[in-house]
Amino acid sequence: MTKLELRRLGGQPWVLGLIGILVVLLIWFFSTASGAVDKLFLPSPMAVWQAGQSQWTSGLLLKDALASIQRVFIGFALSAGLALPVGIAMGANVVICRLLEPLMGLVRYMPAPAFIPLLIIYFGLEELPKVLLIFIGTFFFNTLMIMDAVKFVPRELVETALTLGGKGLPVLTRVVAPFIAPQVLDAYRINMASAWNLVIVAELVAATEGLGKRISLAQRFLRTDEIFVGLIVIGLIGLAIDLGFRFLMRRACAWAN
Amino acid sequence: MHLQVSNVCKSFGHGKAAKLVLDNVSFELHSGQFVALVGSSGSGKSTVMRLIAGLESISSGAISIDGQPVTGPGSDRGMVFQKYSLYPWLSAAQNVAFGMELQGRSRTDVRERTSYFLEVVGLADSARCLPRELSGGMQQRIAIARALAAEPKVLLLDEPFGALDIQIRESMQEFLHQLWQRTGLTALLITHDLEEALLLANRVHIMAPNPGRLVRSVEMTLDRAPMAQLRVSPEFLALREDLAQGLRVLEPNLQP
Repeated sequence: MTKLELRRLGGQPWVLGLIGILVVLLIWFFSTASGAVDKLFLPSPMAVWQAGQSQWTSGLLLKDALASIQRVFIGFALSAGLALPVGIAMGANVVICRLLEPLMGLVRYMPAPAFIPLLIIYFGLEELPKVLLIFIGTFFFNTLMIMDAVKFVPRELVETALTLGGKGLPVLTRVVAPFIAPQVLDAYRINMASAWNLVIVAELVAATEGLGKRISLAQRFLRTDEIFVGLIVIGLIGLAIDLGFRFLMRRACAWAN
Repeated sequence: MHLQVSNVCKSFGHGKAAKLVLDNVSFELHSGQFVALVGSSGSGKSTVMRLIAGLESISSGAISIDGQPVTGPGSDRGMVFQKYSLYPWLSAAQNVAFGMELQGRSRTDVRERTSYFLEVVGLADSARCLPRELSGGMQQRIAIARALAAEPKVLLLDEPFGALDIQIRESMQEFLHQLWQRTGLTALLITHDLEEALLLANRVHIMAPNPGRLVRSVEMTLDRAPMAQLRVSPEFLALREDLAQGLRVLEPNLQP
C-alpha cells in the first residue's frame, strides 16, 4: 500500500476504530491461546462467545438485558421529561434560576450511588429505588445543561418574536424550544451514559435480574467468561443508544449540522 | 400613523453608577416617511430604536404611537436587526410566515401573504431554502419581508446592512429605496453611515455621543433617482461633506 492509500484509509473514521478493536481482540486471543494467562482470570474469546451463546439460547441474556433497559428507560424518561420544563424555566426566568441553581449545584455533586442505602431504606428492593437512582443521577445534570442552552439563545431571536407580536409561552415553544433542541438531545445522549452506568450499579447491589445482577452472580461462581459476556453486552447496548441519539439528532435537527 | 418621541431620557444603572445615554431626544415620524438617525457608536441611536420597539423602558419623557404610549414590544413596530435574526430551523417562507402565525391569522391568509412578500423582496425562488443556504443580503431581505408581512405601522431598521459587504450594501440600499417607493412603508433607519442615511431617508437626524442627543436635522430635498448618480452628484457630496464636518466637530478626539 502506498502512503497516499494508507492516508485515504485512515481518512475513513471507522476504519481506524475497527483496527483498534481488532488489535485488542488479537492480543486477547494470543495471550489466552499461548497459555500465558490463566483461563480462570482471562477466558479465551471463544469461551466468552460460547458462554454468550448459551445465555442467549437459555433466554437469560435477553431477559436480563430487557430488565436493565426497562429500568434505564423509565428512570431516564422521568428525568428527561421533568428536566425539560424545569431547565427552560430556570434558563428563561432569573428568579427561578437564583432559587434553584445553588440547590442543584450542591445535589449534583453528591454521587448518585451514595443514595442507594437511603433508597433501599425508603423503598425496599423492588423496581422503584432503581428507577429513582437513575432519576437522581441524571436529573440535575439534564436540568443544568438545558438551562445553559436556554441562556445562550441569541437575544435577537427572542426580540424578533416579541416585535412580531409574540408573547410568553409562544416564544418559549416556538423560538426557545426549537433552538435548544440539538443541545437538549446532546445533553440526553451524554447523561444517558450515566443512567446506563447507574442501572448496573443498582443491580450489583440488589436485584433478581438484569445485566448487573448476572455479573455479580457470575462472580460468586468464578465464571469470568459470563462476566465478560455481561460487560461486552453492556458496552454494546450503550453504544447502540449513543448512536441512536446521534441518528435522531441528524434527522431532527438537520439545520444545526 | 404618528410616532411621537418627546423629551426622552434614558440612563442605565442606578444611583451614582447611573450613566445617561440619551438626553432629551425628541422627533416624530408620520405615515409614509422614511427617517434616519445617524451617529457614531455610543450616540445612543440603537437605544432610541430599542425604546421605540418597547424592548427597553424609558427613564423619562414619552413615546407614543397614534397617541397610545408605548409600554412594551408589539407587532405594530416591526424590527429588523443588524445580525441576521432569521430562525435557522425554518425555511425562508416559514420565517416570513412566522409573525403572521403568532398573530393567529388564518392559514390561507398566511400562505397568500407569505408568497406575496417573498415576491416583493424578490426571493420567491428561495422559499424552501434554510437561512444558512442564503447569502447575507438575501437573509436580510427575508428578515424585512418577515417584518412587513406582520403589517407593522412602522418598520424599525437597526443597522440592517451593517454586516454586509460594500457591494451588497449598495444593492440593498437600492432595494430598500424601491421597496419604500413601491409599498409606501413608514420606516425609521438607524445607521452610522451618513451616505446611507442621505440616500434613503427624507429626513435625517444627526446624533452626538456623551450623552446621546439630537444635534441637527436635515430635510433631504435632492432628487433621488437614480441612486447611483445621486451618490456622485456634486450637490449630494457637498451636503454629505457639510454634515460629516459637523459630526467631526462633535468628536474632537477624532481630529488629526
